[in-house]
Amino acid sequence: MKIVNEMKISFKSKSENEGFARTAVCAFAAFLDPGIEEIADLRTAVSEAVTNCIVHAYRGTEGIIEITARILNDNEIYIRIKDKGCGIPDVKRAMEPLYTTAPCEERAGLGFAVMESFMDKLTVKSTVGKGTVVTMRKKLGAINE
Amino acid sequence: MSVKIMNEDNKIIALLSGEIDHHNAKTLRQDIDFALRENQPEELILDFSEVGFMDSSGIGLVMGRYKLMQEIGGSLIVRNPPAHIKKVMRLSGIDRLASICNV
Repeated sequence: MKIVNEMKISFKSKSENEGFARTAVCAFAAFLDPGIEEIADLRTAVSEAVTNCIVHAYRGTEGIIEITARILNDNEIYIRIKDKGCGIPDVKRAMEPLYTTAPCEERAGLGFAVMESFMDKLTVKSTVGKGTVVTMRKKLGAINE
Repeated sequence: MSVKIMNEDNKIIALLSGEIDHHNAKTLRQDIDFALRENQPEELILDFSEVGFMDSSGIGLVMGRYKLMQEIGGSLIVRNPPAHIKKVMRLSGIDRLASICNV
């Protein structure tokens, strides 16, 4: 898989950065000339991943969220969202739709379900006490091919 | 992000606009709940016509208001969600709880 283009951003886990993060990734993805629905899917998936870092990984603390986005040679976007937060003890359970550890804050427990459904591929690797890496891939601009 | 709240014949209409995410869902929740507590309406209409973006934080917002309206003994209507917001709503199953309408 050839990397055609790449960008990296890192920012503080402040909730006001959620909008910045999804907008930055979508601006980068615009190189692939995505359709309106594809860009909405991507925007939502990135928002979910970044929100997880802020709400869960860095709960009660502040840390750095790092996003790497790559454009691959077959019109595919690759996104890696990395935190050095608390980690997820049971990734399988965390990925179950409607499972949440923060119901009092009206978290719907749908973050991973949205990422999984709106992107083509999703992988989650986590180590308790060290952090979590979420990678997602999606082919874009399919309508224009 | 902002919400304009209107009170009409036992109905509260919340006209949402902008982007709904975790960052601004809290303020929206507070504004809407204040109006619900003050007026105890029979119906709450959440109007999404002017919402450009919503992630699952918005689902939490709708679910929470649905529960609140049930407690009050009223109903919730989700009005005019754009296509991509409807997609998030379908995934959550909220379309089976609240009625979604387009006007």
